[in-house]
Formats: sequence, structure tokens, C-alpha cells
Amino acid sequence: MENIKVPARRDFLKASAAVGGGLSLGMYLPLGSRVAEAQAKTSSPNAWVKIGTDNTITIMCARSEMGQDVYTSMPMLVAEELEVDVNKVKVEFAPPAEVYINALLGGQLTGGSTSVRDAWEKLRKAGASARMMLIAAAAKEWGVDVAQCKAAGAMVMGPGGKKATYGQLAEAAATMEVPKEVPLKPAKEFKVIGNKAQKRLDTPAKVAATATFGIDVKVPGMLYAAVAMPPMIGGKVASYDDTRAKSMPGVKAVVQYSRGVAVVADSYWQAKKAKDLLLITWDEGPNANNDMGKVWGGLKEASGKAGAVFREAGDADGALKSAAKVYEATYELPHLSHSPMEPMNTVADVRADGATIITPTQFQQLVPFVVAGATGLKPEQITVVTTFLGGGFGRRVEVDYAIDAAEISKAVGAPVKMLWSREDDMTHDSYRPGGYYKVQMGVDGDGKLVAYRYHGTSPSISARLFPSIVKDGIDPFAVEAIDNFPYAVKNTKLTYQMHDTGITPGYWRGVSHNLNAYVVEGFIDEVAIAQGKDPIQFRIDNLEFEGEKHKWSGLSAGIPVGARLKAVLEGVRTKSGWGGKLPEGRGRGVASMEGYNTCLACVAEVSVTKNYDVVIDKVTFVIDAGQLIHPDQAKAQVESSIIFGQSACMYGEITVKNGGVEQTNFDMYRVVRMNEAPKVIDITFAENNNTPGGLGEPATAVVQAAIGNAIFAATGIRLRKMPFTPENIKGSIKA
Amino acid sequence: MMISFNLNGKQASADVAPDTPLLWVLRDSLGMTGTKFGCGKALCGACTVHLNGNAVRSCQIPIGSVSGQKVTTIEGLAATSPIKKAWIALDVPQCGYCQPGQMMQASALLAQNKKPSDADIDAWMSGNICRCGTYPRIRAAIKDAAKMA
Repeated sequence: MENIKVPARRDFLKASAAVGGGLSLGMYLPLGSRVAEAQAKTSSPNAWVKIGTDNTITIMCARSEMGQDVYTSMPMLVAEELEVDVNKVKVEFAPPAEVYINALLGGQLTGGSTSVRDAWEKLRKAGASARMMLIAAAAKEWGVDVAQCKAAGAMVMGPGGKKATYGQLAEAAATMEVPKEVPLKPAKEFKVIGNKAQKRLDTPAKVAATATFGIDVKVPGMLYAAVAMPPMIGGKVASYDDTRAKSMPGVKAVVQYSRGVAVVADSYWQAKKAKDLLLITWDEGPNANNDMGKVWGGLKEASGKAGAVFREAGDADGALKSAAKVYEATYELPHLSHSPMEPMNTVADVRADGATIITPTQFQQLVPFVVAGATGLKPEQITVVTTFLGGGFGRRVEVDYAIDAAEISKAVGAPVKMLWSREDDMTHDSYRPGGYYKVQMGVDGDGKLVAYRYHGTSPSISARLFPSIVKDGIDPFAVEAIDNFPYAVKNTKLTYQMHDTGITPGYWRGVSHNLNAYVVEGFIDEVAIAQGKDPIQFRIDNLEFEGEKHKWSGLSAGIPVGARLKAVLEGVRTKSGWGGKLPEGRGRGVASMEGYNTCLACVAEVSVTKNYDVVIDKVTFVIDAGQLIHPDQAKAQVESSIIFGQSACMYGEITVKNGGVEQTNFDMYRVVRMNEAPKVIDITFAENNNTPGGLGEPATAVVQAAIGNAIFAATGIRLRKMPFTPENIKGSIKA
Repeated sequence: MMISFNLNGKQASADVAPDTPLLWVLRDSLGMTGTKFGCGKALCGACTVHLNGNAVRSCQIPIGSVSGQKVTTIEGLAATSPIKKAWIALDVPQCGYCQPGQMMQASALLAQNKKPSDADIDAWMSGNICRCGTYPRIRAAIKDAAKMA
């Protein structure tokens, strides 16, 4: 299996310190308390770079590659300072270890558009430390001062034409002191970072189809498991009859596990065919009667509660009473599925003395702990190997499928590959929560915004997954893109009401930016147009340039960023041809947002037919994400986000009936296809060397609001409900 | 039962039930994991291979019907093919999971249409889903490959 190495159990860190007797250099750790604790526990001095005596250079990739390019962008950061050709290094996915914790998320977790942000200093310093130790080793060997030596092209050069390869120096370098002061190159000296011609390191394997995804893993003696899980969320197996299933060819065992019943056979198809013959009686659980009437009824009813205040200034309720004009609206946004192309799967080999779990996961650090809980083993007895991920989008932050596979392997006493069908995947997702939003804006006689009231009601993802981060009724991941409300309004009151809809909520690319930015940017558009103002100029005129820190936006800039937003709005006005005449039925809409410390502005241009079918003619983005590491793939992430967001706002809606998800496959859960993708995509990045912002997610949210506003411009129909199906557009026409 | 067919120019055989989809014979019996499983219902195109030169969804082809036929998978599409070269040149893949199916579908297009228009590409490629949204680059790569061919 290319790219995937299954280490002997528990030997990983040992191995990493002893590749070919070479150098394994320690990581730089920032001074975050949690991470500093991790350092004390870590035995490996340097977990990022391995240099073999044969001059092979391996860079560990501690984030999961799910399309977003960490397999290249992370090594680029190391290579910049290590002075090696990034195209010649080997990349390996890191095992779970405290040294690989993402300081922005507090776990070895890929998500929140944090990979580059977390790695930005850390990996450059890791590369620089390694280089300094190699130079120190060379200087010692040659009896010269380190200042007389320099590194380039994986070699150290000294006075008098002396030179040695990193491989030759590796063993000696490993004995050098890890430098305490690690100066980094100024931006003007970057050769790797920002290289527009850099190619992805994983493309050749992905084109040859030799890149190993979870589904491709095979280990000796492995059996295949197909599973039957309750059709209703929260259901359980009451009883089952496996008589017919067990009589099918190739079937080795039928086992009940926590979530369902698994058929284990010599091949997947044999397992799947036999699984279809299981007769299962379900204990339907507490959500048995859940349906969309109850979901929306519940959200609306809960929205009558006061909620928790997460941002407040002045007296919004009073100012609304005295305002010359008050605008108000309610927005209803649906639940969504992740549906990555690779259905959930895991290979588990659980034995009496330990387990190996090979899995496409975004959260490898959690896997040993949950598998320990499920098997009775200790976390340190569990080896986790991360494969390439066939899409993630937040679904693979969940470790449910690794637990299931481990339980099944333990029950049958053999290594097992558990693979879900598309139907299993779509009906047992964790879903982007739906939400119900009430919003009001008060305007005074001069057209000045004087009062803003925002009340969001939605399920809390973090209350389910990471309850410790929920405080005072506020989930930081529920108030993204609203806690940092970007417009200057003197009297504001922003509140959040948690409400469980009975549909399991999960982190979904962009998380609540998608919800709140749609409401914020849709509603500001409503107000601008009601005031007879140009939507771009109105936004610029009302931006907040200075103000207090935002209390809850853990992953955002945390302060007002009016100047940056103004720049991207002005940029997109020029780039998009804003204001130019368009034919009947065609319109442009704008939206902007700061998320993950990236500022974005988007103009969508759409055509709407008489039957309310929408064609996305053009999407223009201007983005300030600070320093780009891998510019072509930064652009690819925005292309990806645009189309992911388009799928959501144009087609996406998960519904439940009798407690279970109704959509089972891509015929019922529609996603954008080739013929529906925007005809033109134009992406421009601000060129600067500021600290990088996140890019994997934020455009997903912004494009949806721009499309909604463009449909309004084309039709005069304001969309406060998604998806933008012909039915919902028609249903939104004012009576 | 033992079923034999031509796989990427070589004889291949598998002892499986004749209703087993070609997809699972390729992946599980023959270890050819380049062909991916996405939906099991011919809705996504991840499992696309060539059967006697035509792009088909291998999740829907019972192996019994493949006996004696000619199957080409992504592993059998030459590294020097214009499609693979164009895919590499434009860094088309993101997660990469759907790309074998995309490339097999696209190469079948170029085999019968040397200079596909945007409308041809839309019509031919819209059965292949990419959740990463690589469609703009797939379109550009098909056009580049057409120029190379």
C-alpha cells in the first residue's frame, strides 16, 4: 500500500527516532499551556523530520489529507526552513501523539480551517531547528564556526569547498543540542512558501489510483463486514433472525454490536447480500415519531425563549422601539448531509493484547481512547494508522465508524474491514444542524443603523461532541459569523437558543458560518435595498472599523476587521463588473464575511428561468487570507468551497420521517454536477505576507449568501428559506 | 463459479457468484482497488470502467455477463495517456476518490469525440459526482487532453 505504513504496535515513536540510525528532530512547541504539557510527556525530541543516513528525507504530515492539500502545504512549511527540495521529500501521515496536537483545537484534529494557521510557525521552526542542528554537526566535524556554514539543497556547505549531505550528517546532528532561539526567514526570502508553480505531492498517486484510502486497505486474514443499523435516529436492535443470512455462501459470522448487526464474510459482496436477508426488530427509541413538522415546530417554539446573550451593546430593544423604521425577517435553514464520496469504513484488528485501527479519520488522537472504551484494551495498546480520506467535510471528525469496526473485529476474533453502503452513510451521518433565525434592524430618520437584534435557534453540535466548550448556554461553534457581526450598530443584542431537533448535529464544512452568514448577509441586503442603497456601498458605509474584542469567535480574527472587509468588497466590485447592465432574469448578489481570520467578498451572477430554475453564470471572489502557502491549492480550496456551498443552498435538505432520515442516496440528496457548476469562477487573493487565515471552509458560507442575494436581484424574490428549489422560490413570492 | 475475462490486456479470472458486481470482483477478488465504490446504484460514477471500450458503472455489471469480455480499469489507462497527463498538469484531484471514475469517463469521451465542446463535456460527465468540486479543473483537463491527443 503506497503511502500507508502500518508500524509494529507501539513502536512508532521509537522508529521515528531511529530511521537508518539517522536524525529525528524535535518539534518546536509554542507556549500554549496545553501544548507545553504535551511537550513534557513527549519522549521524541523531534517528530516532524526524519533524515536517513541514505539521505532520504521524510516529513511527517500530522493532519488528515481529505483534499485540502495538507499533504503538500505542511511539508512546504518544513522544507522552506530545512532547505530541501519539497518535491524530493517523502511524506508520511503521523500517528496519534501529543506532539501533533493542533493548538488551535486542542487535539490532533483536522478541521476548523486550522491546519496552516496552527502549522505556520511551528513547522517552519521544526524545519529551521533541524537545519541548525545539521549545520552545527557539520561545523563540529570540520572544526569551523557555524557562521561559516550554510545549508542548501539538503547539503551543508562550509569554508574551502567543504560539503556534506544531510544524510551524512544525520547521525551526528541527532546528538546536537536542540536550539532554543530559532530565527525564521523573512517573507522576502521565501522560495517554497508562495510558490505559484508548486504541484501537489499527492497528485501522481491519485492519478495512478495508487493512493490508499481507507476502503482500499487489506491486511492478512481480513474479513469483510456489512452492517444493518437502525433506520430511526436513536434506535437499537431489539431482536434479530439471522437464519437466512447465515446460510449464505461466504458468511463467517453474524454478530450484534452496539449500534446494529454485522454480517462478516469472505468478501464485501457476500456480506452485503447476506445482510439484506437479516430480519431485525428495532427498538425505535425516543425519536421514533420525529418528522419535519415536529422539527420545525420545535425550533419555532424554542425560538420563543429568551436564549443566551453572546454579544450586547447599548439598548437594542429600546432603540428598536424608537427607531424611525424597523425591518424584520425570519430565516429557516435546513439540515444537511456531508456525503463525502468515500462511505465510512475502517479496518480493525482487535486482539487480546492490542489492536490496530486503520481508518480515514480527521481525529486520529481520539481513536485509541474510544476503541479502548469499546474493547476493554488500554489506549496505549492501540495503534492507529490514518489513510487518505475520500472527502471529510467534518464527517470524519466523528469516530463512530472506528468504534463499530473495532467491536465487530473483537466479536469475530479476526481483522475486519467494515464498509458502509451509501444508504448507511447518508442515513447515519451527523448533520449540519438546521436553524430558525429572527432578526430585526432599526434605522433612524437619517438612514443610520441604530439597532440590531439577532436571535438564532439551532441544535448545538458541541453540546453533543465537546460539551466542555459550551458555556452559559453558548456553543462557540453556533455563533460563528455572528459573534463577529461586522457592521457598526450602536445598539445590538445577539442571542442564541440551543434546541435539539432529534437529528444528530455535526460539524459540516464551515459549520455555523453557513447559517449565520446567510442570515446576516441576506438581511443586510434586505435593509440596503429597502433603503434604496447599493448593496456593496451600503456594506462598506456601515462596516465597523474599531471596537471591542469578540468574545466567542475562537477561530475568527476576534476583532473588527472593517478595513480588510472594505478592501475585499471594493475589490469584488471591480472584478465582478458590479453595476454593469444585465439582461432580464439575470442578477448579481454580493456577500462578505470574516471567518477563520480570512476576509472574503463574493459576487454571484445568476440567471433565473420562468420556471424558477437557477443557473450560476459567474462567481467572483476577492479574498484576503494573508500569506498563501500553496497559492494554486488555496485557489482550489475556494473552487471547492464554492461548489460545496452551491450544492447546499441550491439542493441540500435532509428530512426525517418516523424518526429516520428520508434521503438515502444521490438520487434523493442532490449535489452539484458538472453541468450545474458555475460557468465562470474568478478568484483573486490579496497579495500580502500577513499571518495566514484559514481557507478550507469560509467561502462555502459566503457563496450561499451571494447566490441568494443574486436570485433576489434577478427576480425580486427574497429567499429566507433554503434550498433554492423552484418550489421554494415560488413559495417565497410575497403574497 | 470461475469466470474469466480480459482485464487491462491480461487474462483474469475469479471464482465468485455470477451476480457479483464487477466492481467487487475487481476490488476484493483481484486487488484492483483503483476503481472506487461510491453509491452502488450508478448514481455517482466513482466505479466507472471500460467494458469493451464503453464507459460503464461497474457496480451494476454482474460478473457473469463479463465472461470473455474486455475490461479496462484506471490501472490499465496508460500513464502516458493524454487524460492522465492533463490531470497531473492541472492538479485536478483534491481528495482524489472520484477521480479514477472521472478519468475513465473522460477517456471514453475523447475516444469518440476528439474535440468535445462544453456542452459535450456537460452531457458526458454529469453522471460523475465530485464532492470536492473539481469540475472546473476536470473540464479544463479534458480540453487540454483533447489538444494532446
